[in-house]
Amino acid sequence: MQAARTVLFGLALLLSLAAHAAAPRAEVMHWWTAGGEAAAVRTLADAFRAAGGTWVDTAVAGNEQARAVAISRVVGGQPPTAALFNTSKQFRELIDQGLLNNVDAVAVRDGWDKFLPEPILSTIRIGGHYYAAPVSIHSPTWIWYSHAAFRKAGVSAEPTTVDELFAALDRLKAAGLIPLAHGGQAWQENILFRAMLANVGGHDLYLKVVRDRDQRAIQSDAFRKVLLTFKRLRSYVDAAASGRNWNDATALVITGKAGMQIMGDWVKAEFAVARQRPGQEYGCIAGLGANAPYIVQGDAFVFPKSRDSQVIAAQQLLARVVTSPNAQVAFSVRKGSIPIGKGFDPAALDVCARKGVALMADPARVVGNDENYLTPDQNGALSDILTEYWNRATAVETVQKKIATALAN
Amino acid sequence: MLRRSSAYVALLPMAITACVIYLGTTLWSLRVSFTSSRTFPVDTYVGFAQYVRLFGDDRWLLSLSNLAIYGTVVTIVCLVLGFVLAALIDWQVRGEAALRSVFLYPYAMSFVATGIVWQWLLNPTNGIQEMVRRLGFPEFEFDWIVDPDRVIYTIAIAAIWQSSGLVMVIMLAGLRGIDPDIWKAARLDGIPTWRIYVSIIRPMLTHSFATATILLLTAVVKLYDVVVAMTLGGPGTASEVPAKFIMDHLFGRANIALASAGSIVLLLTIAVLLAPVLYLRRHAAGLGSR
Repeated sequence: MQAARTVLFGLALLLSLAAHAAAPRAEVMHWWTAGGEAAAVRTLADAFRAAGGTWVDTAVAGNEQARAVAISRVVGGQPPTAALFNTSKQFRELIDQGLLNNVDAVAVRDGWDKFLPEPILSTIRIGGHYYAAPVSIHSPTWIWYSHAAFRKAGVSAEPTTVDELFAALDRLKAAGLIPLAHGGQAWQENILFRAMLANVGGHDLYLKVVRDRDQRAIQSDAFRKVLLTFKRLRSYVDAAASGRNWNDATALVITGKAGMQIMGDWVKAEFAVARQRPGQEYGCIAGLGANAPYIVQGDAFVFPKSRDSQVIAAQQLLARVVTSPNAQVAFSVRKGSIPIGKGFDPAALDVCARKGVALMADPARVVGNDENYLTPDQNGALSDILTEYWNRATAVETVQKKIATALAN
Repeated sequence: MLRRSSAYVALLPMAITACVIYLGTTLWSLRVSFTSSRTFPVDTYVGFAQYVRLFGDDRWLLSLSNLAIYGTVVTIVCLVLGFVLAALIDWQVRGEAALRSVFLYPYAMSFVATGIVWQWLLNPTNGIQEMVRRLGFPEFEFDWIVDPDRVIYTIAIAAIWQSSGLVMVIMLAGLRGIDPDIWKAARLDGIPTWRIYVSIIRPMLTHSFATATILLLTAVVKLYDVVVAMTLGGPGTASEVPAKFIMDHLFGRANIALASAGSIVLLLTIAVLLAPVLYLRRHAAGLGSR
């Protein structure tokens, strides 16, 4: 009797294990640990579970750290099922070294070519194969402003051109407010630069400089004007900006101490925590002028090489789930991003995200973030030059020459 | 004989660690620094190209000069301050335990926490500057942390605050080891106390000074965390240091070859810096055993 029971128990255990093994199991590495981010990634995990998968969450705080751990594990032969990267050249070497599985089956079946924007597509589709599943699109160069501060300074309408932007900054300054909330860290200074390159330089110059690394464009008068406008913003920043974190700068806008901030759409999470709503307490400007390019950057899961059919099944299921319409909308609402392409229902999104979705519909306005086109090394060298220019008195011609040299190789 | 061999056996794990881990990885870095590796190590050799780029890079050169300024200031000020504090405690024995704890306390803090505390204190709009202004000195200015030409000194201030206590403890231990008869003899000769400290005691503490200097210099070379916590290398690249340059290129910028070249240069710098100190220490040890 006892023996029979043991055998039965053993059989039950085996069966349950078998059932467990049949569910595709995915260990997913990411860096989404902040409040809103964690809530967003949970929607993906739920969608994956609803599709019959088992989600094993491996979160590493800090995006650089998370990617470093992912790469170490790939090189060390213990890769996760999927790892988060930015849609950029960050994972290009992994592809070149043959360390990633492709998800062609999913991409072809779901017709990724038809709905993904070109800058995103160009980073994940290499040599005709699809190596990453995009999950979100952010734009780093939104202009956020406080309605209260604008009222106090007597700025009646939201700026629509670069001149109007500076007019509004002047008024804010005259009203004794901090015109531009800024965090003096290299990457934030780079965002200001990119905003000016897009809005002052325009679509063609933007691509010539960051995509083509065109020496003539970098030495041109038009680019000089971009650099000078970038540096001009410095006179609208408070003395204590150096070293400030981006969310502390956002807090200045939230409390109405500062008028504007130029930053990615992840700041919406900060406003939300302070119970401020887009279009009510704060406003958002995607670009200045009717033809201003809309810069997109995104996050995507890559799938480290494996020959195990169960792992491959899990990878393909994950790629399908995270790009599916329901998961995309639920995720975007919490993350503050916008869905990865055309054809997603924007009704659930906030007014700023809807602006972004509308802009995405026009392929002529969508350009990639600098990291789409530049290697991390080139991008870093550019960043060093720009942050030095922002913080020290340097002749603009010298800066042009330095940028030309840094991007030449 | 047996005792001797068992000593060697006991040393074996550490010897293997030193040879394989430290020496092995150093050689590996040296090899990578001559290649064109990016994210992954590859075997395409490019000679000294990475070193050429390194010494043509403004940020690297600034990092080296920052390290030199920081290292000089921190080492000298910590040694002087540590010695003076130790002498004062040694001389004025009342409340010694309390004072010793107070001065050593900062050393118990993580360097990151130290960096954040000093970032707050030095912030021009809500730190020391604002406090003094509110006390009735509206002209008072202390905004070094946002001044590209002075920011490296603010990092030195944080490091001095943290490390002087350690130097003090080492010095105090040295002072306690001094034969009381020397004091009696000097007093008998009518030498003033400060003069005893400077001319008699200080030379007897060469060993303590050398130990403290080695500890300080190794902390100087690996300077990284407090910079990340306090300034992130800013404003601009004004407070960048070599270790941060190496870390940035190792991971975020995916250029392990350039990062390796940087770490080899850093290693050579340490070797050059530490050689005289080690010599001094050996010399002092030689004197002691005689």
